Amino acid sequence: MKKSLADHLLDWSGRIFLTAILGFLVLPFFVVAIASFNKGAILSFPPEAWSVQWYVNAFEYRDFGAGLRNSLRIAAIGAGIALIAGAGFAFVFQRYEFRFKSGLNAILMSPLIIPNFTIGLGILILTASASLPRNLWTVVTVHVIIVLPFVVRSVYVSLQNLERNYENAAESLGASPAYVLLTITAPLLLPGLIAGGIFAAILSFNEFTASLYVVNRGTTTLPVAMYNYVREYADPTLAAISVMYALAVAVLLLVLHRIFRLERVLNVE
Amino acid sequence: MSKRPFLGWFASPSILIAFGLTASFLAIIQYSLRAHVPGSLDPGGFTFDNFTTLWHLAYGRAFMNSLLLCIWTAVFALLIGYPLAYAMIRARSGLLRSAILLISLTPLFMGEIVRTYSWMIVLGNRGFLNSVLLKLGLIDSPIGFMFTMTGVVIALVHFTLPIVVVMLAAALSHIDRNLERAATSLGAGRVRVFFTVTLPLSMPGVVAATSTAFAWTFSAFATPQMIGGGQVSTISTMVYQVGFASFNFPLAASLSLTGLLFAIAVLALFNTGIRRLEKYGAH
Repeated sequence: MKKSLADHLLDWSGRIFLTAILGFLVLPFFVVAIASFNKGAILSFPPEAWSVQWYVNAFEYRDFGAGLRNSLRIAAIGAGIALIAGAGFAFVFQRYEFRFKSGLNAILMSPLIIPNFTIGLGILILTASASLPRNLWTVVTVHVIIVLPFVVRSVYVSLQNLERNYENAAESLGASPAYVLLTITAPLLLPGLIAGGIFAAILSFNEFTASLYVVNRGTTTLPVAMYNYVREYADPTLAAISVMYALAVAVLLLVLHRIFRLERVLNVE
Repeated sequence: MSKRPFLGWFASPSILIAFGLTASFLAIIQYSLRAHVPGSLDPGGFTFDNFTTLWHLAYGRAFMNSLLLCIWTAVFALLIGYPLAYAMIRARSGLLRSAILLISLTPLFMGEIVRTYSWMIVLGNRGFLNSVLLKLGLIDSPIGFMFTMTGVVIALVHFTLPIVVVMLAAALSHIDRNLERAATSLGAGRVRVFFTVTLPLSMPGVVAATSTAFAWTFSAFATPQMIGGGQVSTISTMVYQVGFASFNFPLAASLSLTGLLFAIAVLALFNTGIRRLEKYGAH
C-alpha cells in the first residue's frame, strides 16, 4: 500500500517529536558532563577553558569517599535483607493462604504510597521516642522498608512464571519439601532473585530523602554528602562526581539489561 | 488444612519489617498529638494544637503548591510519555525498542541529587538553556526558571517520565492488535484507529500512570527543595524545614500526616471521577 502525503507528515512529525523527548531525557546528563570540565569555578556555556581539576577535587573531598563507603555498605546489607524478606514474603503470598495475608501485604506495599520523607520522619521519631541509638542500622532499616515492595514484585513475577510441574514431579518421586526448595525452586528462581537484588541495591544506593532524616555525621550516605556539598559550594566538583555517579549506575543498568532484558523485568514486552 | 511448608520461616522476616513500619507510623501519629517544647527534642503533653496551627496561610500555600505541582507534572508527563511509550511498543526493530526503554529509564537511575543538580545547571540564569537562548538572540535577558514553579515542573516531569512510560508501555503492549487491524480493514485511518481503538483500550494504563505520577510528585523532596530554593514551598520541603530548622517534630509529624491524608483524598477523588466518567461513556 502506498503511503499518502498525510501519512508521511504524520510519520515525520512523530519522529521529530520522539527525538525531542529523548533529547529532553538525556539533556541534563550531557549538560552536567560539559559543566564538569569547566575550568573556572563559575559555570559558563560554552566553557571558556577546560580542565579536569574538579574530578581531582571530587576524589580528594573526604565526605564523598566516606559517603560512598557508607552507601555501598548500606546498599549491600539493605538489599540482602530486603531480598531475604521480600523473596520469603513473595513465596508465601503467591502460594499460601494464611491469616492477615492481605493486611500484611497492604502494610509492606504501603511505602509505594507513603512518601519517603514520611517514612524517614517516622523512623527518626521512633528511634528518638524508644531511645534507640541512631546508627548504620537505622539507615539500613529505612532502606529495607523503601525497597522491599520492588523486590517482592520482582520475585512474585518470577514465581508466577515458574513451571510448577518440576516441583510436583520431584515431590511425587519422594523428595522432601526442603530438597525440592533447594534443588528445584531456588535454581529456577535464581535469575529473578539476582535481578531483584540488584534492583534493590540500585534503589537503595540512590535513596536520598528518607536518608536525610536518619543519617548522622558517621552514617552520611553519598547522596546526602552531595546534597550537603551543593548547599555549601557552587563549584563544578559536584558536576564531576555526578558524571561518575551516573556512569557507574548506567554501566550497572546495561549489565542488568544484557543479562535479564529489562523489557521482561518490567513486563512491557 | 493444606500443606504449607516454610510458611513461618519465610513470612517472619517480612512480619518483623511490617511491625517496624507500623510502629514508625504509630510514632508519627503519637507525636502529632504532642505539644512542642521549645529548645527540647522531647515532646510535651497531649494537644490538638499542631493541627490547628496548620490552618496558617504558609501551610495552606504549601498544600496548594504540592497539588498544583502534582497536577501539572502528571499532565505533562502523560502528554510526553504516551507518544514515547507508543513509539517504544510499536518500534519495528528490537534495538530501537531497547534504546527507547533505556533512555526513558535514565532519569530514574541517575538518582535524585545528580538529576536535580543537573537541572540546576540547565535552568540557572547563567545556565545552559539561558546561555543558548541568549546566544541565539531569542531573548535579551535570562529567563528565571530557578526558584519558580515552571522550573520545578520541568524537573519533576523529567523525574516522573520513566514510571509513566513504563506503565503506559505495559498497558499498550497488552492491547490486541487485531482490534486495530479490524478497524483499519473497515476503512478507518490511522488517526481514527488511534483515537477510537488504541487510546480507549489503554485508558486503564493512563489512569494508573496518572495516579503514580501524582504520588511520586507528592513525595518528591530534592527537586522542589533545590530548584525551588525556598521560593516554592511544598508539603515535603515544609516538613523538613519545620523538623530540622525549628526542631518542632510534633508539628512536622502532624504536617506529614495531614499531607498524606490530603494526597490520599485527592487520589480517591480522582479515581471516583474517572469511574463516573467511564460509566457515563458506557451509555
